[in-house]
Amino acid sequence: MSAEGLAFYLIGFLTMGGIYAVLCLALNMQWGFGGLFNAGIAGFYAVGAYTAAILTSAGAASHVGGFDLPIVIGLICAGLLAGITAWGIARVCVRLKADYLAMASIGFAEIIRLVVINEQWLTNGSLGISRIPRPLEMVFSGRQAEIVYVVFVWLLVLLTYVVSQRLSRSPWGLVMRAIRDNDVAADSIGKNVQRFRVEAFVVGSVFMGVAGALSAHYFKFFSPDATEPLLVTFLCWVMLIAGGSGNNRGAIAGALVVWAIWSMTEIITSHLPIEWASRSAYLRMLLIGLFLQVVLQRYRQGLLPERRTTPVQAR
Amino acid sequence: MIEFINFYLIPGITLGSIYALGAVGVSMIFGILRFAHFAHGDLMTVGAYGALSAVWVLGVSPWLAMPFAIGFAVIAALCCDRMFYKPLRDLPTIYTVIASFGVALILRSLIQVLWGTESQVYSSGFQKPLVYFDTIRIASRHVQIISATIVITVALHLFLTYSRAGRCMRAVADDASLARVAGIDTDNIIRWTWVIGAALAAVAGVFVGLDTDVHTNLGWNMLLPMFAAALLGGIGKPLGAITGGLIIGVVEECVSYPFFGESLLSPSYKSAVAFVIMIALLLFRPQGLFRGRLL
Repeated sequence: MSAEGLAFYLIGFLTMGGIYAVLCLALNMQWGFGGLFNAGIAGFYAVGAYTAAILTSAGAASHVGGFDLPIVIGLICAGLLAGITAWGIARVCVRLKADYLAMASIGFAEIIRLVVINEQWLTNGSLGISRIPRPLEMVFSGRQAEIVYVVFVWLLVLLTYVVSQRLSRSPWGLVMRAIRDNDVAADSIGKNVQRFRVEAFVVGSVFMGVAGALSAHYFKFFSPDATEPLLVTFLCWVMLIAGGSGNNRGAIAGALVVWAIWSMTEIITSHLPIEWASRSAYLRMLLIGLFLQVVLQRYRQGLLPERRTTPVQAR
Repeated sequence: MIEFINFYLIPGITLGSIYALGAVGVSMIFGILRFAHFAHGDLMTVGAYGALSAVWVLGVSPWLAMPFAIGFAVIAALCCDRMFYKPLRDLPTIYTVIASFGVALILRSLIQVLWGTESQVYSSGFQKPLVYFDTIRIASRHVQIISATIVITVALHLFLTYSRAGRCMRAVADDASLARVAGIDTDNIIRWTWVIGAALAAVAGVFVGLDTDVHTNLGWNMLLPMFAAALLGGIGKPLGAITGGLIIGVVEECVSYPFFGESLLSPSYKSAVAFVIMIALLLFRPQGLFRGRLL
């Protein structure tokens, strides 16, 4: 591979890695700080992706669209709509215990998936939405556009990181951790456990929606296949646990490391004989599954374990 | 009315039987090991593919291939427990839940690597439906599945009521620490739980293959309805899980029947019914119909 080819492979890697980093930071707000077992990440991701796709794409006869709005507005609406969806779900679900919350959130995510597949007028069903623009497409084209986009994605990773970091050190974040570690104790000192949990769930889901929007702009085409729970929900969980739940830098590191493993195994499996190459995607899934088991048994703390945070000093 | 029975009720009971057999394992594992086993659907898939191999290699009918299905699934379950769940048993159960997600993925991708991803059938060809009273037409595979489920239910009931292992299992599901104080060998009971749960899941998996076709997502697609069935019957209540499974299956098929001239729900949203029932149960009646245990 030439040096230029390698550089652009790296840019592609960093773009997807950045999108996963946003997802992972968002999950960290819910699970790392709040102890909320959200197994329906793909649902919020899909809401965000479709919102952005419908609002910013050029018109199409087969479904609602053609609003041609600026990408920033699409992103904001994606986050908002994912947040509103999450608020509705959280109002009824966050009081459930971990296993039950996992079941309920998967249930909601599957319902969202059914809506996306079946409501043709809205999402164009399984054919998907095409002609989704990327930022500054008028000015830059081809490979320059790739560079612009990776910068755009990582600016949003930075934004998510700063928000998450500020939140986790704020009094709100401290209460959230207290609830995670012992909700009865937090309740007994007068904290409204239910309200804090809803807030954590909503804030995390807003960023999941943003991540969905980012990937819709990156792929330029979005169909229900992209909301496959394995590739979104499961991979994101592996990333957060491997990186270190409760630590924002760990979340980003986990996203990059697991995505690197995922991408590198693709290079290896592409050299396999042809009858195996078609099954390579499943071999990679198998590896990721085994990787998770090793992490769970040996390195539960993750790459960068959670640290005791000190609240922001009053000046 | 006859149309309702032929095209909605009987397929509903068939689907319900499949959910029921799968849900027994989910309910027992939840009751005894205290965690939601997200890989249970994929144990079904393992069973279905075990039978498929026997059908291919030995050329027997899927019913005779059943022991192979059960053997595959039981071995898979015991290995997974030993390698992936047991090391985490002293930690908060949430780690085991996360591990079971991983196991689901491992089992499924193993199947995809070994058997490929195309859907397969046990036997092709058209079966003439059986006709009763000139009007009720039932596919013979539905008759077979439903009667086999009845036999299995009776056997399970006898096992749980009269055998020592079965009674110990119920004791552990009711109160684990009391059972341990009374001298019950918990490790042995855990093994029994996996054997029975996996065996019934395998049977259910083969039934799916008989009813429709065998594909690698077969079990995963059934997972949430099975959770719903286990919750509806009450966690840790095997016979409750069977009742729950039948109810979910029948409701799922019947919502698209045009009761009032128009179907209540478009058939493409059929599977949402189980999700909605599950979420409603979690929120309003987590102990289910038969007062199962709460986490």
